[in-house]
Amino acid sequence: MIVENLRGKRVAITGTTGFLGTALVERLLRTVPDLHLVLLVRPGRRGAEQRVRREILKNDAFNRLREQHGDDFDTAVGGRITAIAGDVGVDGLGLDDDGRREIASCDIVIHSAATVSFDSPIDLAVEVNLLGPVRIAATLHELGVSPHLVAVSTCYVAGSRRGEAPEVAVDASPFFVDVDWRTEVDSARRCRIDTEASSREPDRLREFRQRAVAELGAAGTPALAAKTEQLRTRWVVDQMGEAGRARASSLGFPDAYAYTKSLGEKALQETKGDLRVSVVRPSIIESAMAEPVPGWIRGFRMAEPVIISYGRGLLKQFPGVPEGTVDVIPVDMVVAAIIAVAARGHEPDDDDTDIVQVASGSVNPLKYGMLVDLAQDWFTEHPLYDEKDQPIAVSAWSFPGRGRVQRQLKQAQYTIEVAEKVLHRLPLRGRQAEFGASLEERRELAERAMGYVELYGAYAECEAEYSLTRLLTLWDSLDDADRAEFCFDPRVIEWPHYVTQVHLPSVVKAGRVKTAPSKTKTQTRSERLRGQVLDPQRQLAVFDLENTLIASNVVTSHAWLASRNLTGADRLRFVVKSLAEGPNLLALDRRDRSDFLRYYYRRFENAPVHQIEADAAELFSDLILTKSFPAAIRRVRAHRAAGHRTLLITGALDFVVNPLKPLFDDIISAELGTQDGDGRLVYNGKMTDVPPTGEARHRSITDYARLHDLNLREAVAYADSASDLPMLEAVGFPVAVNPETKLASIARKRGWLIENFDKAPGGPRKLLPLAPRRNP
Amino acid sequence: MTEPTTPEQSSTPETGATQPAIQTATKKPKRAPRPGFVLDVDRNTPPIVFHHGEGFRLEKLPPERSRVLYPAEPLPGLVDPDGAIRAALENPLGDQKPLRDLLFADMKLTIAFDDISLPLPPMRKPDIRQRIIEAVLDLAAEAGVDDVHIIAALALHRRMTEDELRHAVGDRVYDAFAPHGALYNHDAEDPEGMTLVGETRHGEEVVISTRAVESDLVIYVNINLVSMDGGWKSTATGLAGYQGLRHHHNVETMRKSKSFMDRHASELHSSNWRMGDVLKNSGMNIFQIETTVNNNTFGHDGPLSMLQKREWEWNSRDRATFLAMQAGLKRMPARARRRSFQSWLAPYEMTSVQAGEVDAVHELTTANVFKQQLVPVEGQTDVLTMGLPYICPYNVNSIMNPILVMCLGLGYFFNMYRGKPLVREGGVLIMSHPTAREFHPVHHPSYIDFFEQVLADTTDPIEIQTKYEKQYAEDEWYRHLYRTSHAYHGVHPFYMWYWGAHALEHLGQVIVVGGDTKAVRRLGFRPASTLQDALEMASDVVGPQPTITHLHNPPILMADVT
Repeated sequence: MIVENLRGKRVAITGTTGFLGTALVERLLRTVPDLHLVLLVRPGRRGAEQRVRREILKNDAFNRLREQHGDDFDTAVGGRITAIAGDVGVDGLGLDDDGRREIASCDIVIHSAATVSFDSPIDLAVEVNLLGPVRIAATLHELGVSPHLVAVSTCYVAGSRRGEAPEVAVDASPFFVDVDWRTEVDSARRCRIDTEASSREPDRLREFRQRAVAELGAAGTPALAAKTEQLRTRWVVDQMGEAGRARASSLGFPDAYAYTKSLGEKALQETKGDLRVSVVRPSIIESAMAEPVPGWIRGFRMAEPVIISYGRGLLKQFPGVPEGTVDVIPVDMVVAAIIAVAARGHEPDDDDTDIVQVASGSVNPLKYGMLVDLAQDWFTEHPLYDEKDQPIAVSAWSFPGRGRVQRQLKQAQYTIEVAEKVLHRLPLRGRQAEFGASLEERRELAERAMGYVELYGAYAECEAEYSLTRLLTLWDSLDDADRAEFCFDPRVIEWPHYVTQVHLPSVVKAGRVKTAPSKTKTQTRSERLRGQVLDPQRQLAVFDLENTLIASNVVTSHAWLASRNLTGADRLRFVVKSLAEGPNLLALDRRDRSDFLRYYYRRFENAPVHQIEADAAELFSDLILTKSFPAAIRRVRAHRAAGHRTLLITGALDFVVNPLKPLFDDIISAELGTQDGDGRLVYNGKMTDVPPTGEARHRSITDYARLHDLNLREAVAYADSASDLPMLEAVGFPVAVNPETKLASIARKRGWLIENFDKAPGGPRKLLPLAPRRNP
Repeated sequence: MTEPTTPEQSSTPETGATQPAIQTATKKPKRAPRPGFVLDVDRNTPPIVFHHGEGFRLEKLPPERSRVLYPAEPLPGLVDPDGAIRAALENPLGDQKPLRDLLFADMKLTIAFDDISLPLPPMRKPDIRQRIIEAVLDLAAEAGVDDVHIIAALALHRRMTEDELRHAVGDRVYDAFAPHGALYNHDAEDPEGMTLVGETRHGEEVVISTRAVESDLVIYVNINLVSMDGGWKSTATGLAGYQGLRHHHNVETMRKSKSFMDRHASELHSSNWRMGDVLKNSGMNIFQIETTVNNNTFGHDGPLSMLQKREWEWNSRDRATFLAMQAGLKRMPARARRRSFQSWLAPYEMTSVQAGEVDAVHELTTANVFKQQLVPVEGQTDVLTMGLPYICPYNVNSIMNPILVMCLGLGYFFNMYRGKPLVREGGVLIMSHPTAREFHPVHHPSYIDFFEQVLADTTDPIEIQTKYEKQYAEDEWYRHLYRTSHAYHGVHPFYMWYWGAHALEHLGQVIVVGGDTKAVRRLGFRPASTLQDALEMASDVVGPQPTITHLHNPPILMADVT
């Protein structure tokens, strides 16, 4: 009957790049011959047709059809699809004339497009979920056609409540708080404007800027500006999400999704005019029970992150009552129900609504306690593995209330934050700094767990029962053939089988997590990255000097040179003076590197050139080489051996770094001007060449690469501090060397190679960077 | 403790035999020095002192099958070293004129002297080199010689620092010559500074310092601490560079030098002598001055004097000092410990001085070295044990890295024999040293890379030589550091490895007691935490109840194995 009713029809579908939409398209194409589909797809960069081919037809849901048709797949299947560019988020659906023609020719329109993310910004949710159906109705009116419109909604439009939720219009429920959907639309749009404005208030911008500085340090103005703007945008998104959550809960909905869907149903009811509208309300859609294959799933959806986090041992508690019902419905049942509704046609009830709920809770409930037990057993039997190849043991849940879980998570989050703040203030480098970065990772995990609890907690606690009277009536009306082909009877689900044999294996597979210890000891990540940076394909290796090649800085070299010609009491005075001004110098250096160098190098005023040159040779052995990192020097040489050009960029003075010349093709360093001082050449303490610092380094290596015809995507850069970010970001292969805390966390997040180079073990250590006394 | 049976004291208080023409007085010791001695260990033998880097171990050796080789006691030094030097310069050996007759006003004179690697440890002031150079310069001044260059003949060793040069030649010489660039370190990588003199009949290129080649007279000042030093090796090696050295500093040559301490059985020396022929035939005039010192390394009194005594003869003061020293060393940080050991200056005394033609001089010098160091030993042993001290020729004022540990044990100490090796073929060498994975970043940069790259790949000398030597030897960066800083040449760690090639081929296994496990394994040796463990491990190779010989060195001794 179903097949017969649909044969030869033209069906328009929205939201086909989504989970439900993909399954729907596949099922229709496979089961109903002679059916033509018109898919409304946002064109994106590639255009609607390309998206359909790449994002829908390439999905593994179509494997069955591909096998069936072999090489003819493109014509046999692709030929039955017309892709049109459109967007339910804009008025008129963004259709061109062709698109309008296609839509106008359809017998059935299935609207399954939605933004299902529970924390999407309120205005986005409103535009898509609330106004989407309204716009479809309006467009159909405009075209003067009245196909059967099947709108996909959600059971949760009933709101957070206990007890029965019947298949009636949302405003027919006694618990519905009546609000005008048009007012909600206006205020959501205004909320965007207000939030944007609020994010630009000076105090707020200052706060973003401070956070950017805290994260990146002295990375230079452009980098900080980019980060600040990124933080602002993220703040706006967070605020809009929060606004949605708040508005939803004020009206008794678990989240903005249910809230906007609910008002969307109401708005459609109001604006449908003479359109024949059927609404299908699924509960939580999860992986397929049987069609196209058991366990088929697309995307990483609501419950999956929670399940994976649990399996990885990150989520130790989740709120919920063991007796509560988790209303889950496999995607293939939802698809079958939609197809059955479409085939049946519009059958309004007494209230002139045609609503079908597809859920399991009221007839075949999956209890939360059972789900948790099944998951625990399953993960105990099939553990995930950590990076050291140890199986992860999952914890037994004690079903605490949401408040307690949140409190615990908040506490953990706070503790980690404090520890992190302390660490960030310590002048740590290398391995210790990486510990800070791992703390940051832990904090993010805690934050994410917190997010899950906030978002999904409401669902786990939801105790509504969605009645399925109309669904089961529809089921009863089917003949045996249809029942066999289009099963949507939730009573047939065997939960233990579904959870352990179908859903969990599929989620774990889709989650790309480690389900077995790695068999062979393959290269570690660092080894692989190291191999990449030394690949002969690379063209350029750029090195910073201080703390990258040597554990020294401009202050120590100056102290050495200055103390070279001091004796006795003068030496002591010099040491005391230098130590006293240390903190100020450090602060100046942190604020602006160029200013610091300008200020500091004035100390070389009147230093005789020939003497400095002679002393610099000694400085090389006594300070530079002594404090050098042999592994770093070996790395420079390895780059040269691999045929890469090597470049040193440093704020140090030329006479200090000149002895390093044989290592590098070029050195960009500071240079001092000279003048005549009582008949001999002396330095004037002013830089003639200001070395690039911060963002100027980006410019400088870009210029360098252009000059030597090198591709920066094929370049490697080594640096130790967040202030070198512009340089690191400019190249294809950044390497953080002995990174300080900020860079360590950035490098970790972005998957950069981190090297810990050290001074020669056992080598001489100087307490103070002073030159040996000259022989009298 | 029983009084062991010691062999008869040598009847004549041997003195350094100097040139026959001169009668030079030596100090009259209170008691005639006793010659070297082989102790058979019995149940009553006290624990034996093993050098162990910057520290010591006391080890009980298995009785009835162990023996200990003790060096001879220090021979008396010359009473008037300066007088002896002057006399030697006036009365040359072999076919050479008195120095005075070789000097003339407009001549080019070059004085080359042994570098920081000799003697070990460095000696107290005045250094022998200072005495000789001052004597030579006095004569040169009398003759009105203006063009004098004084060169530290360091081949591919690191450049000496100002302080080290001052210690070797004295402040007076340093201040008179260094500021004008007339006293300097040899630079074997100076393209202008090296000259190809010719080739030996074996096709070996002889390339040495241009200044030496162009000089009317080259005077080479030696301190012959061991029998390997001096002879034609002075000029042909000390003033040479990689191009020349590679002909004898290689695995094949070192494997044919059995040992390199015995010139007549040493292919290393044969090659140097061939090169000497080329130098001689090129018309170069070389005036060789060689000196020997006694083995008064740790002093007759003072904090380390017990190291020069046989353990059963320690008095209560020696024992107390040793215990206090052990306790103190244990509490000292590693760097402080190293500093304090490196600051030790040996109270060596000159026992002889020879001057004149190279071969004639060297024959006599070697005899004098043997007089102090040679200890007759009967038969080889299954297991040879040795305690490696804190110093070797290449870590003066520096760090003894694992590669140097290998070189000191398998190169120098193993080769301290004449006749046959102390340990039988396939036997086991057990050496005691901390073998820390520590390197001096300025002195040994290529060693660090050698350790991290080459040894991580292979420890086979031939493979190392063929696969890596050229790359390190011709490396720009190492060359730069050798020439401008104070780094050993890039190829130097390879020579260290080749030095031990003969031992590696000869031995069945090498075990290091008390060494850093990872570093020892990297060297291709087996680590053991105690001597007992090491002996257990050794029995896997040489069978149960092996014979054991301990080389009680330093003070230096050389085994004359029959």
